[in-house]
Amino acid sequence: MPELKVEVIPEGTVIDHIPSGKWLKVIEILGLTKPNGGTLLIASNVPSKKLGRKDIVKVEGRYLSEEEVNKIALIAPLATVNIVRDYRIVEKFNVEIPDEIVGILRCPNPNCVSNHEHVTPKFRVESREPLKLRCHYCERTVEGDDILGNI
Amino acid sequence: MDWKGRDVISVRDFSKEDIEFVLKVAERLEEELKEKGSLDYARGKILATLFFEPSTRTRLSFESAMYRLGGSVIGFSSASSTSVKKGESLADTIKTVEQYSDVIVIRHPMEGAARLAAEVAEVPVINAGDGSNQHPTQTLLDLYTMKRAFGRIDGLTIGLLGDLKYGRTVHSLAEALAFYDVELYLISPELLRMPKHIIGELREKGLEVHETTDLEDVIPELDVLYVTRIQRERFPDEEEYLKVKGSYQVNLSVLKNAKERLRVMHPLPRVDEIHPEVDKSEHALYFRQVFSGVPVRMTLLGLTLGVL
Repeated sequence: MPELKVEVIPEGTVIDHIPSGKWLKVIEILGLTKPNGGTLLIASNVPSKKLGRKDIVKVEGRYLSEEEVNKIALIAPLATVNIVRDYRIVEKFNVEIPDEIVGILRCPNPNCVSNHEHVTPKFRVESREPLKLRCHYCERTVEGDDILGNI
Repeated sequence: MDWKGRDVISVRDFSKEDIEFVLKVAERLEEELKEKGSLDYARGKILATLFFEPSTRTRLSFESAMYRLGGSVIGFSSASSTSVKKGESLADTIKTVEQYSDVIVIRHPMEGAARLAAEVAEVPVINAGDGSNQHPTQTLLDLYTMKRAFGRIDGLTIGLLGDLKYGRTVHSLAEALAFYDVELYLISPELLRMPKHIIGELREKGLEVHETTDLEDVIPELDVLYVTRIQRERFPDEEEYLKVKGSYQVNLSVLKNAKERLRVMHPLPRVDEIHPEVDKSEHALYFRQVFSGVPVRMTLLGLTLGVL
């Protein structure tokens, strides 16, 4: 039970099955790095049957909604989320890629206006398997490593 | 159909009904214009043409369209004479210009610039080319030209010739043609074939698509031959370029095997991909195509202004 290496939280959200090394990105995307973001417990490089090695993030005292957590789907597509109340898991769900990706990914097209003007990059999900996104501004499609490399 | 205040940014935003509606109104305006010489639907309205990169043809066509609608035009034709040079953001330029105008036409070297302008502006924005991305009014005038020449688009066999890899015009045109029941021949050198994902999308939408490198082979099949320029800089060496250039020139000898009703189109400017000897033949439709730009742009200006 690798989870036991990190203290059990009484109330909050546990994000499990994050690819090893990605926990920092995850808390950045979820806006948990701010001082008022609540207490975070991090376990990194934990042995995992599913992933080999994984990271776990526990957010104490905050319940993250599916919509919020779905923002991390691009970097942690297999992540599972547990909502804990009074030391017990009361809800469990897998992250899902949302229809629109806003502000997480930079457009890889250097000539896209979103890389030059003060705008939030935005992508529409054209296909989930394999993952294919289309930039709202330059309309180019982004796939594979180009997605991960620009988060 | 309510077009007042709508932006015209990308062919992707259009339904077939939208396209058909624009073509129908354009036809009506062209007839009216022929009858009356000039119209006054847009009297008192001001168009701002913001050309951050030069394009004489497109700018003049929009300006002519606005004047023929009875409106007025302000604008600039290169970014070097504006505050952009002082470092002003595109959003600020748009917010300023919309205080002076009722509709904005923008050409910009960056992809997505027109979309951003439309998000910032309260007045309608029409995209006249954003980098290598979209040029929707060109696509609409191409469709209009075909419809005027043949009375319909459904049932036509259309060849797209030239640089199908990088050519923005042919990509948008092919996407729009996917709304119709047409057969498409993609004719290009191996190096400049249309990207697989675009062909895939066209086939998914039910279009019959054939790829070939040989123009003479397929010319007897075609109703429309849409020619685009093949640029020297796309080839690794001069010799290969010259070889390709020679085999894709449309001249009277190539057209000998064509159907009588074949029409040759070109977004222009041409260099030598269509021999001037073709100009006087029945096949040449490219100058008529230039003319189509005016009624189609009048339509888009009038509809988005809400004056038609």
